[in-house]
Amino acid sequence: MLTIKNLHASIEDKEILKGINLEIKPGEVHAIMGPNGSGKSTLSSVIAGREEYEMTEGEITFEGEDLSEMDPEERAHKGVFLSFQYPVEIPGVSVTNFIKTAINAQRKAHGKEDMPANEMLKMIREKSEMLAIDRKFLSRSLNEGFSGGEKKRNEIFQMAMLDPKLSILDETDSGLDIDALKIVADGVNKLRREDNAVLLITHYQRLLNYIVPDVVHVLVDGKIVKSGGKELALELEERGYDWVKQEKTV
Amino acid sequence: MELKDKLVSSFFALEEEFDAENGIYDIRNQAIKDFETLGFPNRKDENWKYTSLNTILKHDYSLFPKKEDALEYRDIKKYLIHDIDTYNLVFIDGIYSSHLSQTTHDKIDVCLMSSALSKDKYRPLIENYYNKLAPKTGLNSLNTAFAREGAFIHIHKNLQADKPIQIINFATGNESALMLQPRNLIMVDENSHVQIIERHQSLTDHPVLTNSVTELFAGKRAFVDYYKIQNDKDSASLIDNTFIEQQGESNVSVHTFSFGGKLTRNNLNFYQKGERIDSTMKGVTIIEDKQHVDHNTLVHHIEPNCESHQDYKGIYGDRSTGVFNGKVIVEKEAQKTNAYQANNNILADDKATINSKPQLEIFADDVKCSHGCTIGQLDEEALFYLQSRGIPRKEARGLLMYAFANNVLESVKIPEVKKRINKLIATKLGVELGFNL
Repeated sequence: MLTIKNLHASIEDKEILKGINLEIKPGEVHAIMGPNGSGKSTLSSVIAGREEYEMTEGEITFEGEDLSEMDPEERAHKGVFLSFQYPVEIPGVSVTNFIKTAINAQRKAHGKEDMPANEMLKMIREKSEMLAIDRKFLSRSLNEGFSGGEKKRNEIFQMAMLDPKLSILDETDSGLDIDALKIVADGVNKLRREDNAVLLITHYQRLLNYIVPDVVHVLVDGKIVKSGGKELALELEERGYDWVKQEKTV
Repeated sequence: MELKDKLVSSFFALEEEFDAENGIYDIRNQAIKDFETLGFPNRKDENWKYTSLNTILKHDYSLFPKKEDALEYRDIKKYLIHDIDTYNLVFIDGIYSSHLSQTTHDKIDVCLMSSALSKDKYRPLIENYYNKLAPKTGLNSLNTAFAREGAFIHIHKNLQADKPIQIINFATGNESALMLQPRNLIMVDENSHVQIIERHQSLTDHPVLTNSVTELFAGKRAFVDYYKIQNDKDSASLIDNTFIEQQGESNVSVHTFSFGGKLTRNNLNFYQKGERIDSTMKGVTIIEDKQHVDHNTLVHHIEPNCESHQDYKGIYGDRSTGVFNGKVIVEKEAQKTNAYQANNNILADDKATINSKPQLEIFADDVKCSHGCTIGQLDEEALFYLQSRGIPRKEARGLLMYAFANNVLESVKIPEVKKRINKLIATKLGVELGFNL
């Protein structure tokens, strides 16, 4: 589904990613773990198409198509979704109006008519119930005054509504208490299918107790230095990142 | 002949017609003399530094159209807030249209300036209030000299107007260029409430210049909610001169929505003549092409413990130009004044410009006055967020601008007005919304 080869990326001439290789197949959940500043968020931004980052080398293909030249919205139309670490507050636009605009923009890109209002309402009801979201919440301005947990839950709500093929969850666990974490993880698990995939970006192993990955990658200084099964995450939790760095040096 | 000379000489030709109106004959005569001395403002005047009337003063305007043009309700329905019951004062080319209007004299007076000027029963009000607020400027004097029609509204003591009042001025295509001088007098007595919606709308592609004067008196504890909807054709220009005097504990708010017209100048002035007064000015400006909108506000804090709130937002596209000049004067006696002013602008194109100038003159020492002005582009992070959800960049820009402007609508108290303005903003910015859960 997603193939990344020898990806180098920089911001303001500072190289952050120094040759990433990654292959994600349909139905898989991958986790990328790493210390602060290792380039985790940069990787998610580059896949989603954030303009500040310049791809200097390598390739990113999604279902056989080159993503690197596409605008962020085109990537979304192809089925790439990024759950933001810091979702942006947009006063004056309600959650509902925002999601409606996004869904219809994607349908338009696929040559489809707008989603009928009753169908949209039904879907909003289902997905908000799944994530235990209060209906009052939906008429509030997007992310404005939301707690950290509400923001993250709202990101997963959008993911549920947009039904992407590849969901990149950037530090979705940060700012969540354990109850909220369970609800969010439960939501993500319910959305898992044979034909979609998840890329989890996280600093801590905690989230991986609830969303169990098929593959865990360790990112250090812009490179994936180690990959393994879910047990690798536990080992990292126990021993920290230093031993991986040392192993790498050896 | 220059427009000014033409206006002065046509005044003397019309002088006999003015005789019918009692009481204001002398006021008119003085006004034309003042206009002759003062003339139109030019850019040497500090208050007109960024707005030039030159291009709109070059037309050969007719002052009084020949006859009323027949308009039917269906022609004008879309310019009214028609989904609620309102009193309507409709003027076509400066002449009152009785069949499109709904007036009343039942406890509250919602009627015509021409009738108020000619009937004895209104004489005391005219003597006490007419032309008492508008300062002697060229434009005010011009209006005072020629004005014959407009809204005359009197809400008697302890009354709440049972429905909003709409004042709509239409210009039709009968004259090759038309100048209108509407004159409104609004008196809201002690403990009374009223909501007013005002609109100037041209239905022709010929040039129209409206020089409007409104004087509003809010008595003690009166509540006035005033909405000005400006979404005119590119051939039409408006100079709105509004003067508001408030007595103690009164609350007056004016919302100005400027979405179109060739040149729009809003002179909005508040004079606080009592304690614990609240004055609110809000504005949304969204213009494009070569349109020009100038908001010139004044709040005069004279007595202690009063507040004023100004919040103007503007989005300027193409080569459009905007001006915000907000003056706040706090007199020495006006301790504990709380004056807040904000002017935030987005320049949607490189060639658009805005001149924003706050002016604070504070003579009291125990006051809270704040002012802030921003001029910027859209937030790239927010744009990326929207794009990453599949919303194309152009629409994402529209949505962010909509969100920026829409914020001001929270204080609009008539739901139908809010809905209408919301829709106008969305249409202006190419955003499709209106999905209420």
